[in-house]
Amino acid sequence: MSVLFILISASLTIALLFLFAFIWSVKSGQYEDDYTPSVRILFDDELKSKPVNKNKAI
Amino acid sequence: MRIEQFKYDNRWVRNFAFASFLWGFVGMLVGLIIACQLVWPQLNFVEWTTFGRLRPLHTNAVIFAFVGNGLFMGIYYSLQRLLKTRMWSDKLSAIHFWGWQLIIVSAAITLPLGITSGKEYAELEWPIDIAIAVVWIVFGINMFATIFTRRERHLYVAIWFYIATWVTVTMLHVVNSVELPISLFKSYSVYAGVQDALVQWWYGHNAVAFFLTTPYLGMMYYFLPKAANRPVYSYRLSIIHFWALIFLYIWAGPHHLLYTALPDWAQSLGTVFSIMLIAPSWGGMINGLLTLRGAWDKVRVDPVLKFMVVAVTAYGMATFEGPMLSIKSVNAISHYTDWTIAHVHVGALGWNGFLTFGVLYWLIPRLYKTNLFSIKLANTHFWLGTLGILFYVVPMYWAGFTQSFMWKQFTPEGILKYPNFLETVNAIKPMYMMRALGGLLYLTGTTVGIYNLFKTAGQGTFQAEEDAEAPALEKEYTAHSNEGWHRLIERRPVQMLLLSLGLVAIGGAVELIPTFLIESNVPSIASVKPYTPLELHGRDIYIREGCYNCHSQMIRPFRSETERYGEYSKAGEFVYDHPFQFGSKRNGPDLQREGGKYPDSWHYNHILEPSSMSPGSIMPSYPHIIDHDLDVSTTEAKISAMQMLGVPYPKGYEKVAQADVDKQAATIADNLGKSGIKVSKNKEIIALIAYLQRLGKDIKGAPKAAEVK
Repeated sequence: MSVLFILISASLTIALLFLFAFIWSVKSGQYEDDYTPSVRILFDDELKSKPVNKNKAI
Repeated sequence: MRIEQFKYDNRWVRNFAFASFLWGFVGMLVGLIIACQLVWPQLNFVEWTTFGRLRPLHTNAVIFAFVGNGLFMGIYYSLQRLLKTRMWSDKLSAIHFWGWQLIIVSAAITLPLGITSGKEYAELEWPIDIAIAVVWIVFGINMFATIFTRRERHLYVAIWFYIATWVTVTMLHVVNSVELPISLFKSYSVYAGVQDALVQWWYGHNAVAFFLTTPYLGMMYYFLPKAANRPVYSYRLSIIHFWALIFLYIWAGPHHLLYTALPDWAQSLGTVFSIMLIAPSWGGMINGLLTLRGAWDKVRVDPVLKFMVVAVTAYGMATFEGPMLSIKSVNAISHYTDWTIAHVHVGALGWNGFLTFGVLYWLIPRLYKTNLFSIKLANTHFWLGTLGILFYVVPMYWAGFTQSFMWKQFTPEGILKYPNFLETVNAIKPMYMMRALGGLLYLTGTTVGIYNLFKTAGQGTFQAEEDAEAPALEKEYTAHSNEGWHRLIERRPVQMLLLSLGLVAIGGAVELIPTFLIESNVPSIASVKPYTPLELHGRDIYIREGCYNCHSQMIRPFRSETERYGEYSKAGEFVYDHPFQFGSKRNGPDLQREGGKYPDSWHYNHILEPSSMSPGSIMPSYPHIIDHDLDVSTTEAKISAMQMLGVPYPKGYEKVAQADVDKQAATIADNLGKSGIKVSKNKEIIALIAYLQRLGKDIKGAPKAAEVK
């Protein structure tokens, strides 16, 4: 039966780690660039005749 | 910066696209047939086309063939473009495509033949289960290798959804398909009764979540902005949407088992998480719809966007309804009725169907370098489909309420107002006709759509290889100091994979493991004994014919149910049921307490021709069960398998079990003979009667307060 306690505590530990990671990320002002990716996907359709440097390094 | 030239592979995108709508047509056609069978039972024709065998074919075809190929189409197209690289291996793409089609074909052959594991939405037998796992892993290798060889560091939100899909479906499929084969075409679930039910609905619910929802949300986040040519309303919301959704979804499975013999704490857990699910679901829906802000004028003219708008709206409706149905008091009304059928068809016809066609109308012209053959026909399809959905779901809601309230209606004297189940069926037959009309409309729309897509393909030239170029991905990455943790995860697909798996495993483990391990969760009842070998054979016929598609074996603790069917179901009654047969829909009455209700001769006549015993019954007739000899060559194997699964037959019983089969069969045949029915004791009907007469009886012999260990 001890496996039950091991599993539940392991699961809860991971879940709590996630919670803390989330709170930390919000508090420390993360999610800075949460816009560019949504625009970028719109600009990949046709091949330009001349290679252009889109300069998309993050 | 070095610019690399490469080509996108469109061949397998195209193949998945065609497979999707062609199988979609087949799946919907079978759906229309079974809808008609519920009104006109004579349409059941022969044994291979009875409702109980065709209904799994319909659900499997729509889920795994139509939507399955649809999501592969979406992933193969968008993944390459989002990552600026070709699919990793053309060979794996080919194996994936043909392997998947082969699985579909084998399903289309085995299900009508009655080869089934008897677990809803996971009916396919073990060799096909293994094939599914292999092909799915091939797909996974191809997808992850593509991610590893990408030219774009950032993983767009759609890709997370694809990754979560792969990871979770792998786990669900493996865990739910653990079965013990006794022959090439027959196996038993290793789980029994309530535990099997929990595993099955954990699978079933998450199949909806991670096969019908997450990949399609990924597609929504790619194809909707593309079709509208504007960025998704809020990329931040999409990140929250993703994490919240996968974290919550995995816990919600038990809402399929409310008021059943499942431990109460597990039911409550399912309810709580189901209700919370409304937040990320609606976040996603709003994100999709608001993407069209300022572009609603396009929706007026562009059929692609029309389809997508209705799809996302249907997603919102279904994900509002889902949490509501997970509330116990609502579920008490909806469960076992057509309300559930309406709910899933809002999702299947609206969300999956319309998004698939929206994407197809956008994609096929691009693959063939042409314009859509006819916008007018696409609009026709749109309206036929939309009306089809309405004509389908409104009568089904109506039928659900009507029947449920009739089941629960008491007279002032306190007896059931409609004691005859058939009355409640006949009352909703008109709604069933309307539903069939709705299905016909939808199928007609689909046919128009397929014609339009073929015409579009015909007028264009298919471009299998599409030139593309992108800067090579620099090996080393220097992090900006102010980068978010989420960005870090996005650049690490393997860690991302493990993280998703971890999240999903938490949900699974916490729910499943205690039920397995805590004995008190499944009280054993001393008077409940294993099935006799003949009953076991009969049970396998019950499973083969798909009786569980229309008959539940789970009486909920309501007075309306105990009055109608008898004592409510206890978890301890199902401990020898591999697989469980709770069922989820009552097209006919519950059978949990069927044993001893009617004489053997009643069952014989009823199986031969249901309407002879119950005039107006919509149940198919089963003359082949009367005709066929029982296959007793597997008696020993079946008993051995059950012993291996922990069913307490005496040691060495498998060797002598056949004698018991003959003895019990002779008794039943004699009994039938006394009623003037001459039947040989080696027919299948004898075994089926033995099983039906055993159902739910054990507990009746028990002392009033069932002995609980």
